[in-house]
Amino acid sequence: MIRWEPRENPTAPTSTLVTAGSLGAGLVAVGILFAFSGVNPFFAYYKIFSGSFGSFYGLGETLTKATPLLLTAVGLSIPYRGKFWNIGAESQILMGALAAVTMGLFVFPGLPAPVFILALFLTGAIAGGLWGIIPALLKIKLGVNEVISTLMLNYIAVKIVEFLVNNGPLTGKSKRGYPYTDDLLPASFLPVIPGTRIHWITLALGIAAAIGVFFLLKHSKLGYEIRVSGENREAARYAGINFLKVSVISMAISGALAGLAGVGELAGIHHHLGDPGSLSSGYGFTAIIVVWLARLNPLGILLSSFLMAGILVGGDAIQISLKLPAVTVQVVNGIFLLFLIAGEFFMQNRPQGRGEK
Amino acid sequence: MELLIISFFQRAMINAVPLLFASTGEIVTERSGILNLGVEGMMALGAFIAFAVSFSTGSLLVGILAAMGSSGLLALVHGVATIGFKANQTVSGLAITMVGVGLAGFWGKSFVGLKLPFPDRVPTLGFLTPIPFIGPVLGSLDLFFWGSLALAAATWFFLHRTTPGLWIRTVGENPRAAEAQGLPVETLRYGAVVFGGMAAGLAGAYLSLSMGSSWIENTTGGRGWVAVALTILALWNPLRAIWAAGLFGLLFVLQFTLQPFGISSSLLEMLPYLATLTVLVIDGLRRDHRHLGAPASLGEPYSREER
Repeated sequence: MIRWEPRENPTAPTSTLVTAGSLGAGLVAVGILFAFSGVNPFFAYYKIFSGSFGSFYGLGETLTKATPLLLTAVGLSIPYRGKFWNIGAESQILMGALAAVTMGLFVFPGLPAPVFILALFLTGAIAGGLWGIIPALLKIKLGVNEVISTLMLNYIAVKIVEFLVNNGPLTGKSKRGYPYTDDLLPASFLPVIPGTRIHWITLALGIAAAIGVFFLLKHSKLGYEIRVSGENREAARYAGINFLKVSVISMAISGALAGLAGVGELAGIHHHLGDPGSLSSGYGFTAIIVVWLARLNPLGILLSSFLMAGILVGGDAIQISLKLPAVTVQVVNGIFLLFLIAGEFFMQNRPQGRGEK
Repeated sequence: MELLIISFFQRAMINAVPLLFASTGEIVTERSGILNLGVEGMMALGAFIAFAVSFSTGSLLVGILAAMGSSGLLALVHGVATIGFKANQTVSGLAITMVGVGLAGFWGKSFVGLKLPFPDRVPTLGFLTPIPFIGPVLGSLDLFFWGSLALAAATWFFLHRTTPGLWIRTVGENPRAAEAQGLPVETLRYGAVVFGGMAAGLAGAYLSLSMGSSWIENTTGGRGWVAVALTILALWNPLRAIWAAGLFGLLFVLQFTLQPFGISSSLLEMLPYLATLTVLVIDGLRRDHRHLGAPASLGEPYSREER
């Protein structure tokens, strides 16, 4: 029996090694599951990687899907640092898109294209941020568990959108009874890189957000307060940190970034809002793995969102070629997440009697 | 009118059963100090395994046992991650939900729309039917319903009137003190987590074998999350969970009862989720001391003291 002792600060090589080990173990576990379910794991993995990284088209799709993941995951890294478990990014994305489509259809038409687009992004960020603040207030003021409240808000947001879009006030006049809103005016469409669906403005926003949040967490007073309230609640209380302020601001930024992702999907890809599941096919949940894969480091998310988007695109590819249902991705995600968080143990502890390099 | 009221209450009871099973299990898990947010996933996996195994063996009982086994196993994964590897309980529970819901969809794809190929159903207590007024409702409810009541009552007795129950509560309140008394903290926690999983599996089996008899996608539809919220409403007391589950059973039925009155079905479907949130808010307003009755070490990983 190996004895374990706590280690102080894991070095960068240790951290990389542990993450790689967790991913490797996850790959093996998923492979066994595939084999057990009658799917050749080697063929499946080959299809996933050739589908996502093996062609110009695949790479374009990977970047397209990396965009909302990047924004959302960077947003999640803030509350997660403070141990506030926001599981509601999915509905923060949705509320951003809902507010943007409403304003875009009824208030903003007539604005010149750049202002129109700016106004859409602002609307989405505000709506996502406000939706994100609710669970923060509920937790700090009333002690409501944020995992449950953010999840309930996910269900509620889906039903609100369904109500408005499906034979409701927002149902499009031009859509002949289909449950969609009308299309936004072309002036508000986000430009894409020719030959792809990459709406580069949103992607650039995501990269800027990653860098900005990295500095926010590492070098600002707020970032310090967030980290302390996550790492040591008692110490934070003695230091006089205002939990209400810290949680509300963390969740406002987190929701706002998810809201931006929602606007990107709306104005960059769909141009209308329809079935809630088609605007964001689980980006808010996949982003949780993305954050964890990057160990809550916003710069790491630049890489992990790209990797995870590749798995999503490859997942689509194996869905088609191997006729697997869409939820398969969720199984893969869940298993990877388990291995990643269990791997934390090896970051915090080392075998006894062996010094650290 | 009387018939309408009877069918309303009957359906409320039917909807309360999975909530009661799952929250009774979660109460035991949380009493030991472990938060398992994977209830939705364990329930979904249990529902699928119960259906698939009953479908191929022709036996409801084998299906139910298999559901308990598989969900217990999934809970054990949560136990290994959170007790063995001291992983974050919130995130691990979320991963368990992803895996459970995902597996039910992944393996269940080829079963969608299939019906159980035999006519047997879980027996009811038909001899209760002649009782005036409430008889028709009681007589129509199957053994799952009575089982959920019995499980909640027995669990209360176990937790509050037996020594092993006291051990579990001690471990959840103060694992260090429990360890000092010589209690096997980790073993007790593993037991409580697996029990919670098996109860969620029962809830799942009920969804696919009793409430419905054909396999549909997304059978659980958020019931697992509601069950987690109910543990708080019930103040971690299985007897209070009976009333809490009944209340939410009513809410699940209300959405179908109100539909003919022209209210949008989307808004009605929102009810249980909105109510869950409302209950937690009221719970927070009512008490000055946050989470009175919550096990003190809930959610905190525990490492043995270095000697």
